[in-house]
Amino acid sequence: MIRLPSGKHIATGVGAGIVAIVSLVAIFAPLLAPQDPFVQNLNARLIVPAWMDGGSPAHWLGTDQLGRDYLSRLIHGARISMLIGVLVTIISGLIGITLGVLAGYFGGKTDDAVMFVITTRLSIPLILVALTVVALVGSSFMVVILTLGLLLWVQFAVVARTTTMQVRNLDYIAAAQASGASRVHVLLREVLPNILTPLVVVATLEIALAILLEAALSFLGLGVPPPWPSWGLMIAEGKDFMFFSPWIIMVPGVALFVLVLGINLLGDGLRDLFGTGRTQ
Amino acid sequence: MSTPILDRPVLDIADLRVDFGTVAAVRGVSLHIARGETHCLVGESGCGKSVTALAVMGLLARNGRLQARHIRFQDHDLLGLKESGLARLRGDKMAMIFQEPMTSLNPAYTVGSQMAEVLRHHRGLKRTAALDRAAELLSRVGITAPGLRLGQFPHQLSGGLRQRVMIAMALLCDPELLIADEPTTALDVTVQAQILRLLQQLQRDLGLALLLITHDLGIVARMAHQVSVMYAGEVVETGKVAEVFGNPTHPYTRGLLECIPIPGKVKRGDRLGSIPGVVPRIQAGFTGCGFRDRCAHATVACTATIPLQQAESGHRYLCRLDPAWTRQAA
Repeated sequence: MIRLPSGKHIATGVGAGIVAIVSLVAIFAPLLAPQDPFVQNLNARLIVPAWMDGGSPAHWLGTDQLGRDYLSRLIHGARISMLIGVLVTIISGLIGITLGVLAGYFGGKTDDAVMFVITTRLSIPLILVALTVVALVGSSFMVVILTLGLLLWVQFAVVARTTTMQVRNLDYIAAAQASGASRVHVLLREVLPNILTPLVVVATLEIALAILLEAALSFLGLGVPPPWPSWGLMIAEGKDFMFFSPWIIMVPGVALFVLVLGINLLGDGLRDLFGTGRTQ
Repeated sequence: MSTPILDRPVLDIADLRVDFGTVAAVRGVSLHIARGETHCLVGESGCGKSVTALAVMGLLARNGRLQARHIRFQDHDLLGLKESGLARLRGDKMAMIFQEPMTSLNPAYTVGSQMAEVLRHHRGLKRTAALDRAAELLSRVGITAPGLRLGQFPHQLSGGLRQRVMIAMALLCDPELLIADEPTTALDVTVQAQILRLLQQLQRDLGLALLLITHDLGIVARMAHQVSVMYAGEVVETGKVAEVFGNPTHPYTRGLLECIPIPGKVKRGDRLGSIPGVVPRIQAGFTGCGFRDRCAHATVACTATIPLQQAESGHRYLCRLDPAWTRQAA
């Protein structure tokens, strides 16, 4: 059976746990959030978290500079982070896997063309292009998702290409062709299912990357527009107050760090799991 | 079923040539197989046996260039068919099984769904009907508990079982022609014998034309009606098995036969026969005998184009030298 070293086992478990909790929080955000994340109360600005002196149990994580409940904003922020992570990964996965499988399967000129696109894309500075696009088109949820989705497919393409090259020379591909299967059938039903495992690992890491990039864009003011409670935007809005109210950037910062760490731990664990599964 | 036309072969290849870049992999192979006949292609690795088979199926790698006077399969001219037409024949009227049963089944699907897929593709059967037919064929190839096997994944089956599954899969649509590319090379000896017996029996029962590729002369002696010995992309000797083995005329055929240790005949301590050197890569534009560099009898005459010679009726070989002389010299 599949077995991980015990240390790895724990790390993977922790990662999976974090991802599961944040996912649940994201899904049930409206039910979990104690207050409306958009309602401002200027009389209750910058209240400290409940465990500090002067904190109040009404606002567990305090309030921000506009008096909005910070816990509620954090909970709704999880929604944005996860949604962006998943949607960006789906878009980039579709693009990357399609290109990679075509390049790996057909080789030759197709491969040359795809490799050219990949190297071109790799030479483009990610943040700079994302910033430019968002600045030109205007920032909105969809623009951020599309921009990142159109930029982050390279990893998928590279992995899909190499694994397809390995799979395409195996006998069962020839056997499928010999039994009269069409090219589309071979690609979708024979090749794709057999390259999925490494792609799942890539997907987890891409989710983490997309979340971090969204936070970065939002921090720079070109991501998710206010008043949406994106974690990156929360840090950006809080940075003016960080000297006197450091928790205002620490809370979303820690949330971001923990989530990305969790996803990466899970991705690493999955990779080892599939890796040992492969060699057996 | 229509009455079989006995004088018209199921598969008729004339002067097949396949090039990969500047390398000539197959150089003018002609062969035909009748209904109910087993034709064996023998030779070392790299002689163009598999390429010949893949050319018939239309499954050559993209850089392969195919030429022939004709390749006829039943009433179809395979050279004139488009890819879609070939795909319709593949797995339906002509089927192929491969050497490596460990990798020729897709690990992502159960045996049942792989088999059902073929039937749905060619026959448009519903899943349950297709599974029934698949189970029927699994028991046909000697698999007990076919219902259980249909639900299993390839990694749960042994090599012999997988090869049986592959054979059953090839037979799903009642093919006329079965190409088996070293079907038993990867199996251990006892399983090998079972699989060969199965193939023989199926062929007799179904009247298949069987093109069997192997490098094992024992298998040829046991299975084949006709044999073609291939060397460096050419058929160097062809004929009925009894004639070719009883009266090997080409030095290469004789060399191959001498490589087999025969219990009782070869004494302990004797040197086993071998043919020095390896199969050369033949470049386009090569003339003469491809075997001349490894042949003990080669003369200057061997660099000229070799005409096809007749030993007995239907037993032909590709060598300029006098067989009586080469036999003595060896």
